Amino acid sequence: MASSPILSLASSTASSALPCRRRFLHNLKATSNQMTFLGNDHINSKQSFFRTSMSVAVENSKFTDITMAPPDPILGVSEAFRADTNEMKLNLGVGAYRTEDLQPYVLNVVKKAETLMLEWAENKEYLPIEGLAAFNKATAELLFGTENPVILQQRVATVQGLSGTGSLRLAAALIERYFPSSKVLISSPTWGNHKNIFNDARVPWSEYRYYDPKTVGLDFDGMISDIKAAPEGSFVLLHGCAHNPTGIDPTPEQWEIIADVIQEKNHIPFFDVAYQGFASGSLDKDASSVRMFAARGLELLIAQSYSKNLGLYAERIGAINVVCSSSDVAHRVKSQLKRLARPMYSNPPIHGARIVANIVGNSDLFSEWKEEMASMAGRIKSVRKKLYDSLCAKDNSGKDWSFILKQIGMFSFTGLNKAQSDNMTNKWHVYMTKDGRISLAGLSSANCEYLADAIIDSYHNVS
Amino acid sequence: MHGGNASGSSSPADRRLSALVRHLEGSSRDGIDAGNHSIAAAPTSGSYGGRNSVFDHVVMGPEDPILGVTVAYNKDPSPVKMNLGVGAYRTEEGKPLVLNVVRRAEQMLVNDSSRVKEYLPIVGLADFNKLSAKLILGADSPAVQENRVTTVQCLSGTGSLRVGAEFLARHYHQHTILIPQPTWGNHPKVFGLAGLSVKTYRYYDPSTRGLDFEGLMEDLGSAPSGAIVLFHACAHNPTGVDPTAQQWEQIRQLARSKALLPFFDSAYQGFASGNLDTDAQSVRMFVKDGGECIVAQSFAKNMGLYGERVGALSIVCRNADVAGRVESQLKLVIRPMYSNPPIHGASIVATVLKDRNMFQEWTVELKAMADRIINMRTQLFDALRSRGTPGDWSHIIKQIGMFTFTGLNSKQVAFMTKEYHIYMTSDGRISMAGLSSRTVPHLADAIHAAVTRLA
Repeated sequence: MASSPILSLASSTASSALPCRRRFLHNLKATSNQMTFLGNDHINSKQSFFRTSMSVAVENSKFTDITMAPPDPILGVSEAFRADTNEMKLNLGVGAYRTEDLQPYVLNVVKKAETLMLEWAENKEYLPIEGLAAFNKATAELLFGTENPVILQQRVATVQGLSGTGSLRLAAALIERYFPSSKVLISSPTWGNHKNIFNDARVPWSEYRYYDPKTVGLDFDGMISDIKAAPEGSFVLLHGCAHNPTGIDPTPEQWEIIADVIQEKNHIPFFDVAYQGFASGSLDKDASSVRMFAARGLELLIAQSYSKNLGLYAERIGAINVVCSSSDVAHRVKSQLKRLARPMYSNPPIHGARIVANIVGNSDLFSEWKEEMASMAGRIKSVRKKLYDSLCAKDNSGKDWSFILKQIGMFSFTGLNKAQSDNMTNKWHVYMTKDGRISLAGLSSANCEYLADAIIDSYHNVS
Repeated sequence: MHGGNASGSSSPADRRLSALVRHLEGSSRDGIDAGNHSIAAAPTSGSYGGRNSVFDHVVMGPEDPILGVTVAYNKDPSPVKMNLGVGAYRTEEGKPLVLNVVRRAEQMLVNDSSRVKEYLPIVGLADFNKLSAKLILGADSPAVQENRVTTVQCLSGTGSLRVGAEFLARHYHQHTILIPQPTWGNHPKVFGLAGLSVKTYRYYDPSTRGLDFEGLMEDLGSAPSGAIVLFHACAHNPTGVDPTAQQWEQIRQLARSKALLPFFDSAYQGFASGNLDTDAQSVRMFVKDGGECIVAQSFAKNMGLYGERVGALSIVCRNADVAGRVESQLKLVIRPMYSNPPIHGASIVATVLKDRNMFQEWTVELKAMADRIINMRTQLFDALRSRGTPGDWSHIIKQIGMFTFTGLNSKQVAFMTKEYHIYMTSDGRISMAGLSSRTVPHLADAIHAAVTRLA
């Protein structure tokens, strides 16, 4: 055991500079059994005490050449919003649900589940690398339906992941290791972090056309053409529902054609499902694209997130699912996903997983969840309608604003360009991302008219 | 009916029909056992759905060696079986422990109706970060007060190591990292996957079951200038062998003279000696000299928050400006990995650390865990001595922390598993936390038998 190291350090520079008596007390404090309390002044000291004069620096920093990274485009919006003091300001940046009073929302079922979990007082042992078994079972069943052949035949490799991002990253790592010559096709545009994930995982990507600015709708021909043109065996990243950032989803008929083309080219569908139940209000309806692909006997990857549909944003709960041709393949794939997770974070966090498993596993809580989810989705649909009505009422140019109603989910692509989006922020204090995306979850019906004014002004008066 | 292949010759309608038929016949088609794809159907569309999988080349990964011990233990029906594998604390009754202070903190959090579950910032919970830095560096650390430290919440020790390693691989000029021989099994994989080149330095001396200090100094001395060096802050895993304070000072001087970048893995602060300050001395020594270093902290053991995945990565920089830039780059590593960290565990830690009474209570519970482990060491040592087991077993009480490197070889280990139902890793490592007063005699018997019957 280390001999009393504290006393031997008494001669070190820091404490030897102190006057004699203080040095004595300093050492005395250090040798007591209890560590010095950390003090509660840390919360107040947000600003630096002072900047050190480094004229006596002996050696340069090893990190001296590191440049300041740019702020995250999406999360940076909230930071800017917080700094704005204007009373009309609206935060339509990050995709977190807000109530009509623009408050964050913790679902009642989540509170109930957490209260139950407190009562049960379970332990906090490590989960297995693949996560909580009850959660993995529940999440796959939610996605496919309990009676789905892929479930009954045990053909799905499911590993709990750190929400959508973490699940996508595990999948990307799998692709990099086992499909080193394959690339991922991502929609243009797509969620900003998709590219970062594949870049960091060293998976090459290219874009397929998706958004048509002329119609503020889907460029379906472009999409199909680009997927067809890609090298055989590419991974095609698809948004299961409520495309982020556009809110534009293919119709069921279009989905079938997309599946045809993917099959033709032996591509591998890779779904990002972040809004199951949150888009239409129905868990089954929002999973229909994924289920249709699975029903064709295809192998596919699906990343899931419970950030939005269960409001568990900060708990980081999601899963990566790989539908394989057989249970043996699924078993092997799962083992390799584990091998990728272990050197990343060893095993995933329990709290969010238990919440989900307890809600889905209890029929009362599950029903209640579906109701709360339907009402969240319902609120978003109703502000869409109100925004649309306000735009139609206030805009006399005859512009067709119906794309707002056709889009689905938390986000809407307004069709505003960067300059126009900047005008939204600078003149109207409406915070959104530069691609013209607004989060309807952050819009209250009381603010729809103000937003309509802002959009109309930006669209018509700024180019 | 199972129409032709799908490479364009059949219509979409035909393919959909084929798919539907395959779907309906699904259960008869896919074998449950390995490789039994006895399919009557004609070739399917593309390469999936039938005997071919796009994942055919994916082989079964090996069972994790440490976690595999528990798997084997669980299968054993013997009433005297002992699990001395994985490093999670157990009570005298052999049960997992959730600290009282943790339960209280959790209660406060869950019952606080004003709490929300909004995304944390990419760097995590601010309070948690500040408190964690102070915990490891000292409440009055000048480095903290001068804002020279950037601290980001990460997923326990592993996550902190990985984020730190990824950062270094991108922004540090030297990509060699030296890790002690032996070290925690996951270390080489974490650093390797992050893109660092992993080398080892001598550490454990089997002949003394102690530190090979000369070897260590030689290997660090011949490392490339600026290389990264992994140090276990205290309670080295798996050996339990730590340098003395004097040895740490010599290591520090050597490291600074060669501009080596220290990367500390601190997984047992407070858990090793029972004293939070004592267990942080190695880190603080390096920070005191004004130089830069990196620390990965875990709250898995010392707060018993294993499954909540709570940890922090601190990078101590020369000045606040560098620290700010470093933090911005850490965010770029984290965002594409998991966006932002989980809130629950970090909130528990922050709640405990910022409340004077809860902090005090924690130190008491922490010391009790450490003391129980030290007690098990003493008991095992005494039991072997009283049996007259050949050999010098003093390393059991000299080593520190959760683990003991017994010095038993893999044959002896296998013997102990087979004959005495003792489960441990084949390198001879035992988790003292898995022992109790009741079970020490059985382990002592097993060791005695293994040593006397097998060389």
